[in-house]
Amino acid sequence: MIEFSEAFAAAFQLIAHFDADLYNIVALSLQVSLTAVTLAAVIGLPVGAALVLLSFRGKRVVVVLLNALMGLPPVVVGLIVYLVLSRSGPLGVLGLLFTPTAMIIAQVILITPIIAALTRQVIEELWTEYQEQLLSLGSGPVASIPTLLWDGRFSLVTTVLAGFGRASAEVGAVMIVGGNIDRVTRVMTTAIALEVSKGDLALALGLGIILLSLSVGINAAAYVLGGYAKKRMGA
Amino acid sequence: MTQDKSILPLTVQDLSFEARGKRLMKEVCFTIEGGTRTMILGANGAGKSLLLRLCHGLLTPHAGRVYWNGDDSFSPSVRIRQAMVFQRPVMLRRSALANIEYALKLRNVLKAERQERAYDVLKKVGLGRLASQPARVLSFGEQQRLALARAWAIEPEVLFLDEPTASLDPSATHSIEQTIDAIASSGTTIIMTTHDLGQAKRLGTDVMFMHRGRILERASAEDFFAGPKNDLAQAFLRGDLLWWKRKEPYPGGGVNRVTP
Repeated sequence: MIEFSEAFAAAFQLIAHFDADLYNIVALSLQVSLTAVTLAAVIGLPVGAALVLLSFRGKRVVVVLLNALMGLPPVVVGLIVYLVLSRSGPLGVLGLLFTPTAMIIAQVILITPIIAALTRQVIEELWTEYQEQLLSLGSGPVASIPTLLWDGRFSLVTTVLAGFGRASAEVGAVMIVGGNIDRVTRVMTTAIALEVSKGDLALALGLGIILLSLSVGINAAAYVLGGYAKKRMGA
Repeated sequence: MTQDKSILPLTVQDLSFEARGKRLMKEVCFTIEGGTRTMILGANGAGKSLLLRLCHGLLTPHAGRVYWNGDDSFSPSVRIRQAMVFQRPVMLRRSALANIEYALKLRNVLKAERQERAYDVLKKVGLGRLASQPARVLSFGEQQRLALARAWAIEPEVLFLDEPTASLDPSATHSIEQTIDAIASSGTTIIMTTHDLGQAKRLGTDVMFMHRGRILERASAEDFFAGPKNDLAQAFLRGDLLWWKRKEPYPGGGVNRVTP
């Protein structure tokens, strides 16, 4: 129990004294996850909306697959990206393995299906409400995609935040493709795993506290935004 | 109002529609000329709203044709000359003004003109002071007026109105009727469904009476309210319940083919 409280005290000291190692790790984590979530949103939002508005053969199969991909095992994604980016892989020549870019690629693959699938649900509900009105105004299905994404923006922010939550908490894939190299590819989750195995609970706990705070902060932001939207826009 | 070639008359020929194996519209035929205000009357389930949606191109008929000035292709040039206001107004999640600007944008109105035109039409329907308010927090009556303003802003040649005053109090109904009257006076042809016989009398120049997916009578509003020829229309005007009435074929088989 004493060891636990000492670890906590040491963790708070690291945070309070702006420990360089700790903040380097946090900065890289945010850089990787924010880049990944931005790219995943750019892909996932229109894909999710298009799955509602466009009619094509095999649409149901695509929707089922997309929903299934939400539960992609991170280590499997990490392994596939590793094989593709490794020296003998098809994209080995790019030399991306064990770089933050490789970690971003793995996270984009993991969270794009999440954002696309959740977007599809939000847009489907909105389309049910808007369909006749938009068609009446002369906006066809393709032209309606940006309208629906804009009008669903408050719900979709929550969707994107869910993606960010998954990206920032992910450890398996980034460990495999990033290699957990100090000051190069070490992010919060991989650092926690490493420090625990080394017995340095203070740094692990410090990172854990920041990771938890981020998660709570993201959820609070989503909650406040949702409330604001309801009150301000009647969304 | 745009000066391009008119899309009227609207000619509906042998229009039929089915859903889940049930025939909801049965070989309906009629023609509507420009400048008229046609009120479609009938009990719930008569097919009034369905007829509007088929004419407006929101639904595709299983048989029959809808001709706009002789053309049944329902091309974009036909679509952009008409608008529809629904029983329950659908407001986009943006301001009242932005809702109208959106409709104008879809009609390729230049950005510089949009705001002024949108604001002008908002003032016309008495919502100028609410221009910056989010549309969805307006009252039901205000939302319906905004829906009318949105339709009016695009200066349609034909405006479909699906029970626009359902669930509104007399004051809000009066306000909506004034707006419809103003839109019609600006040259727009009105095709409207309503359950309110007084409203049909006040606004209509023509009446079509529907029952079970057929048009049983069509007449000028004056003639219809003076005394319809069809017995079900007479019963409807008396306030009788029609749901149990006549399931057998209509006499002569030609009742559904009406002329103005």
